[in-house]
Parts: sequence; structure tokens; C-alpha cells
Amino acid sequence: MAVSKRIVLHFPRSCVDQPIIYRLVKDHGLMLNILKASVSPNEEGLMVLELSGDRENYEKGVRYLTDIGISIQPLSRDINRNDARCTHCGACVTVCPSGAFVVEPVSRKIKFLDKKCMVCGMCIRACPPRAMEMRI
Amino acid sequence: MTRTLAEINEKIRKGQAVVATAEEVIGIVEKKGIEKATRELDVVTTATFGPMCSSGAYFNVGHSKPRIKLGGGNTYLNDVPVYTGFAAVDFFLGATAMPDNDPRNRIYPGEFLYGGGHVIEELVAGKNVRFVGTGYGTDCYPRKKIETTINLKNINEAVLFNMRNAYQNYNVGVNLSDKTIYTYMGMLKPNLGNANYCSAGQLSPLLKDPYYKTIGIGTRIFLGGGIGYVAWQGTQHSPGALRTENGVPKRGAGTLAVIGDLKQMKPEWLRGVSFLGYGCTLTVGIGVPIPILSEDNLRYAAVKDEDIFAPIVDYSDAYPQRKPDVLGEVSYGQLKSGKIEVKGKEVPTASLSSYSKAVEIAQTLKDWIQKGQFLLTEPVAPLPGVEAGITFKPLDERS
Repeated sequence: MAVSKRIVLHFPRSCVDQPIIYRLVKDHGLMLNILKASVSPNEEGLMVLELSGDRENYEKGVRYLTDIGISIQPLSRDINRNDARCTHCGACVTVCPSGAFVVEPVSRKIKFLDKKCMVCGMCIRACPPRAMEMRI
Repeated sequence: MTRTLAEINEKIRKGQAVVATAEEVIGIVEKKGIEKATRELDVVTTATFGPMCSSGAYFNVGHSKPRIKLGGGNTYLNDVPVYTGFAAVDFFLGATAMPDNDPRNRIYPGEFLYGGGHVIEELVAGKNVRFVGTGYGTDCYPRKKIETTINLKNINEAVLFNMRNAYQNYNVGVNLSDKTIYTYMGMLKPNLGNANYCSAGQLSPLLKDPYYKTIGIGTRIFLGGGIGYVAWQGTQHSPGALRTENGVPKRGAGTLAVIGDLKQMKPEWLRGVSFLGYGCTLTVGIGVPIPILSEDNLRYAAVKDEDIFAPIVDYSDAYPQRKPDVLGEVSYGQLKSGKIEVKGKEVPTASLSSYSKAVEIAQTLKDWIQKGQFLLTEPVAPLPGVEAGITFKPLDERS
């Protein structure tokens, strides 16, 4: 039976130099579509994938990823802004890898575009008043 | 054309004062010219809302029965330690104080979720705060331990007293190294991944009165949602900093020490905040009125973002090693466009100071003045100006 899921991969530094995409395709026969990726040397990496294929292969592929130390979350989580705490400073704007925070040019208020959010969670700890929350 | 502060206050009392925010005044002067605008305008309201670490509050909680002398022991508000080296029940809580058991940066980068700034925010929100104190016991203060809760409405005094706020200009922080760094300028991504700035620019109080001609000791201000006063020049006040031809400092220059009754203030304008890997602090809302006494004075108040410049500083090496290197200067107009150029690279910008909240403060102060609720004060003494020859001293270690 075929499956297709959207997942978020968090890589430790040690995995950044491994050809994981190649392995998923070659060794496990999976199809994938990279929705977002933020990977640089000596940094923790983050990737959002749409992964599809035969269920058995999908499970083997996921096992391969977790075995090498990558943590996987389904993209069913949700980041929410607590508007009562947000001060519209803008500290989130350049931290977000997917451009989900936009400064409105006239009011200088920060707009949160949740459609662009890939639920990486980078904004949560970068927000000084801690207005960004993860909902599961 | 000149006018006096007394004339302005007379108009405020009658509800006739003409007030503009420091943002609105830019367009007014562009449209009407300096002469006409000076004739029409009485007051310009400036404001800023940003993290200001040299903030804190002092308290007198009253005497327990039997009495305790907190000095010499340890006292905590919601586990955050306060300084008690005063008379028996007076103490000072600093914005960046954190619980003894906070892991700090042992797990790097530390989160610093709760500290003095958060306690101040909770107190002004009307919440009860856990008060635990120990003393060594004396003949007149025999008690050695107390554990109770305090609430702002039940204690004698609670006074916000910030020794350095409202910096006249500030650095733009970048990171030239190849790893992410966590600073008081926020998270700075490697290889010039972002540039963070922290000033309200054209709305910021001291940038609109660059030579401290109207803002001085005793100036009545909006502080944390209540009324406060300029108490003194702030620490590190450095009027001799580099300036552009229009007189506006291009580096961190003047600062304000401010004071006000915490009981009047609001949590919306005193916000406990956390900087990943750096620490916790307090975001403070300040609004300062500038009386329009002369054309010169209005010309300064009408300076716009495009004409105010800030230095770009590398926080991976130059800042921590106290090197004087500056990577360039950019205007707040450029910073607010969302990107600047540093070493030939386009770098996205973000602000740590909330411009939209600063606009709200400037509007609130304007409203108070228009309704006759807020009169302007003549400074009782000026802040030290350029002529004071103050230099910003480093600490050089001696053997």
C-alpha cells in the first residue's frame, strides 16, 4: 500500500554531511519532494519533506533516518502566535527560514503568515516575550 | 518665532495645545515648512519600546511581626534574588536577575525564561508574588525567616528606577563568524546571515533632541504606562559621541536615568523578555514630550529615519573583544527597508525595539497632552552636553 506524508527532519551537526536524500531514493526506493531545507556546515539542519512510496519502504526509510540520529516530526503541528504577548518588535523576522513573518510597511506591525510557516519552531526561542507557541 | 514652556502649559490647560508625534511632525514640516510649522505646533511626542537591561525597581514591603532585617540574608521574589543592602525592609530588584537555580548557559544556548523583568511585569499586572527572605537576627529584628506573598496594592512603595534607558542611538549587530551566536542583539546568524538593530529611530526621544536642549533632569515623561521623570543622565551618558552634520549622534551617545511610581504602570508597557543564550531583561515603554520653543528645536525634532545613522558592529569578535572596528554606517531608513549591504553582501534586517508600540506610546502621550492631563516641566538642571567633555571610559585592568 502506498503512503505519502509530510514530515519535518531535524538533523544534528553530525548528519549534515551525509547524503540522506540519495539513500532514501536509492536504498529505499522512495519518492520525495523537498518543501523546505536549511542545511549548512557545522550547524543543525532542518528539512521539510513530502515522502511517498510503498508503506514498507516508507517505514524502512524513516527507520534509517532515526537510526542515524535525525529526529522526525509530522507536519501536523501548528505554530500559534499569542497576540496578547507579541510586542511587534521583529526579532522573529530574520530568524524564520521560510519568511513567515512580514513587517507591514506603514504600521511596522509584524504579520504572521501561518501558510508559509513550516513549523520548525525557530521563532519560539528567538521571540523575546515568548509569544510564539507550538500546538500539537 | 519663539514661545515659552509656560505658554505651552497654558494652552494644554485650556485643551488647545497642538501636538504631533515625532513621526507625524516629519510630514508636517515637509508640507508647511519650518517657520509655519513652528508657529502652529506646541509639542512633539517621542517614544521608544525596547529591551533596557539597566532597569529595576525598589520596594518597601513593610515590617512583619516580629520584625526581620533582610539585609545580610537572602531575599527572593518568585525565586529571583533581590539586593537588600539597605535598611531592614527596603530592597532593589534588577531586570536581569535570575533564579539561583536557573541553568544559565550550562545548556547552551540557555533559555532564561524568567527573571527580574518578569517579576516586575507580574507585579504591575496585579499578581501576587512569592516573597521569601532570611536574616541573621538582631536584638531589634529577631526574626530569621519569612515566607509570604506580596501584592503591589499592599506594600508601601514600589518605584521603577532605571539607571540607563532610552539610548540615543545604538549599534546594528551582525555576525562575521561561521557559527550562530546568541547575543543581547538577538540570534545572529553566521556569515552575515542577519543584522539586528534596536532603536525607534525617528521616534526615539534623544534622537529628536540631540543636544538635550529641552529634555533634562526633572522632565516629566510617560514611563511604563504611568507618569515618571528623568532623574539624571543615564549611566554611560556620552554626549561627545560622533555626530552627523545635522547634530544627530551616529553612535550610542546620551542616555536617561528615569524614575516613576510602579503602582501606576501597566504590564503592556513593562514586559519581561528573554534573549536566548544571553539572559532575561525588561522591555520598557518610554514617551518624552518635546516642547516646540524655537525653529531650531523643531528642526531637530523633525529629523527622519533617512538622516539618522547607526554603526554596524560584528558581535562575534569586535564587540566581545572591545575592538573599535565598525563595518559601516546605515540609516534607519535603510534598516527599515528590510535589508542593508555589509561587505558587499545583502543582509536582511530585523528590529528588537518595537516601532509600532513606540507609535502607540507617542499617540497616548499626545492624547494625554491634548486632553490637558499631562503638563510639561522645565528641567531643573540640564543633562551634560557636548561641552561637558565627558568621555566613555573603558575599564583597563591594573595590577
